[in-house]
Amino acid sequence: MSECFLRLERVSKRFEPRLSLGDRIAARLGATVETRSVHAVDEVSLAVARGETLGLVGESGCGKSTLGRIAAGIIAPSQGEVTLDGEPVMSEGRKRSTRIQMVFQDPFASLDPRMRVGEIIAEGPLYHGLVPAVGARSYVARWMERVGLHAEQAERFPHQFSGGQRQRIAVARALAMQPDVLVCDEPVASLDVSIQAQIINLFLELRRDLAITCIFISHDLSVVRHLADRIAVMYLGRIVEIGPRDVLYEQPEHPYARALLDSVPRLVTRTGTRVEFRTIAGEIPSPLEPPAGCRFNPRCPFASADCRIRPPGLMARHVGGGEVACYHPLGEDGQPLRECVG
Amino acid sequence: MSGMLLEIENLHTHFLTRAGVVQAVNGVSFTLARGEILGLVGESGSGKTVTGFSILGLIDPPGRIVEGSVRLDGLELTSLDQEGLRQVRGKRISMVFQDPMMTLNPVLSIGEQMLLAVRAHERITRRAGLERAAAVLTRVGIPEAATRLSAYPHQFSGGMRQRVAIAIALLHRPEVIIADEPTTALDVSIQAQILHEVRELARESGTALIWISHDLATVSSLADRLIVMYAGRVVEQGPVAEVLSDPRHPYTDGLLASLPANARPGEVLRQIPGNTPSLLDLPEGCAFAPRCARASTICATAPQLTHSGPRSWRCHHPLGAGA
Repeated sequence: MSECFLRLERVSKRFEPRLSLGDRIAARLGATVETRSVHAVDEVSLAVARGETLGLVGESGCGKSTLGRIAAGIIAPSQGEVTLDGEPVMSEGRKRSTRIQMVFQDPFASLDPRMRVGEIIAEGPLYHGLVPAVGARSYVARWMERVGLHAEQAERFPHQFSGGQRQRIAVARALAMQPDVLVCDEPVASLDVSIQAQIINLFLELRRDLAITCIFISHDLSVVRHLADRIAVMYLGRIVEIGPRDVLYEQPEHPYARALLDSVPRLVTRTGTRVEFRTIAGEIPSPLEPPAGCRFNPRCPFASADCRIRPPGLMARHVGGGEVACYHPLGEDGQPLRECVG
Repeated sequence: MSGMLLEIENLHTHFLTRAGVVQAVNGVSFTLARGEILGLVGESGSGKTVTGFSILGLIDPPGRIVEGSVRLDGLELTSLDQEGLRQVRGKRISMVFQDPMMTLNPVLSIGEQMLLAVRAHERITRRAGLERAAAVLTRVGIPEAATRLSAYPHQFSGGMRQRVAIAIALLHRPEVIIADEPTTALDVSIQAQILHEVRELARESGTALIWISHDLATVSSLADRLIVMYAGRVVEQGPVAEVLSDPRHPYTDGLLASLPANARPGEVLRQIPGNTPSLLDLPEGCAFAPRCARASTICATAPQLTHSGPRSWRCHHPLGAGA
């Protein structure tokens, strides 16, 4: 990570409720109106090297999609900055760079149903002058073939394609902008298992052939493990642990990261195996009122007085590199390495 | 006969649409023993959900059960009228759906809708009904159940809502619960809690469970027996660990090989080529043949079920020991 290509610097995002006139009057008159803001992302710093794939995992509401959209320049952070190769991705609230593109979860919602596939793919490159109008057709054909579609399908509409093919179209649209970075938000979540494998293989191929830098967001830990070089685990708007893929999966040090990995069901292929479902006590607290200190402390079996007061920052993991935000990081046995005090 | 709780035989459910006849379920047969947990897996369009709905007579026009029988302890369900079915639904067989936001009534408190479910089958005082509701909510792991009865669905999280849906399914201690992708919409940590509780509940009360899912890993850790469906047919069934460790049908094998969890990170996954066939015009023979590496000319005729001990499969060129 000597060379930091994409950098997020203490990025935060708060969603403030937009109060209507009626609500504001009601609030004045003393009624209870929701005025708290959602802390979707809270001072996250990240650096991604050129050609690296960073996996971003976490449960619903942890802020992974918001962080992905901030990185892609789709939404502006409330605080902090995103830079690519030293240049800000956004300025004055507008995205300035075309070098970061995004692939979304649902290919049924992300493609305009009234545009032909060729138009969908050519729209961005034409607007930004990446290709002259006369060359658009062959340009589109090239990218369609790159993602495993036939060039003659460019005349068709999105509804004439299956889910997996539509996701290929969405990938082709992003690639046609010739980006350096691709942010993929749950790109295989809505696909069937056999189709999922096809798209995962496509990403593997693109990474090998185009050396593209990628942020891959998913709740499916096995998919992320398969594709990412490094993995960051998020909980309630913060990164709790980040590290090289294998060490993070084999020896997570943050109690949440460990519990999350433990709760993934594994394929049982031996007769008589009794699976223990290891669960995390309680549920994710509301991002309207995140707990003070470490945000995982109310659910953490190892929380001490410290954890309830001061949020731990990211510090070096004990083994295998990476960082963990925890006062009581776990050892291989799942017990804290240091004594808990308090 | 054999004391099976639920027997499904040669079930055909078709949807008569303007575009043609959609053969969603095409000759499905299986049985369910008392207290057994059966996993029903398949991809979108494999007919797993329609099979679940057909059992309870929940198929609406243009859909229709065109052939076959569903017997609950000897009682033929396909010939029951609406009133007959009403007496079975929620009482002897209940159902849990994927999205609890869609199945819970948003304008009724949890207590009110549970009371409706209790009173659908029993004459009972309001107070006793609510007490029963609270007791069941406690069993599915909802804290302070008695006070939560006055809450509305939107005041619950997704995981809690699904617990309420499961609690409603449990109200009358049914003999069978059909759960259709009940944890698909939930996060993994919440899914683990629900799986844990469901398994305990099924064991305690001796309820049999049909767990419909696309997720092999979840099913493998929960079910006793597994049924794999493809294009409206059962292609393989047997004890879950045996099927998954040593699959006979090339489709089951292909599904397993395409799981990232079964490969080394970064390795190219073995993918099943092509797409699932349209149910409007299924191939004459084996529906999987166009995507199958082992297919030959004989696959143009539909393969019959081959039985071997507790396992069976529908393939001319099975893998493994049966080959």
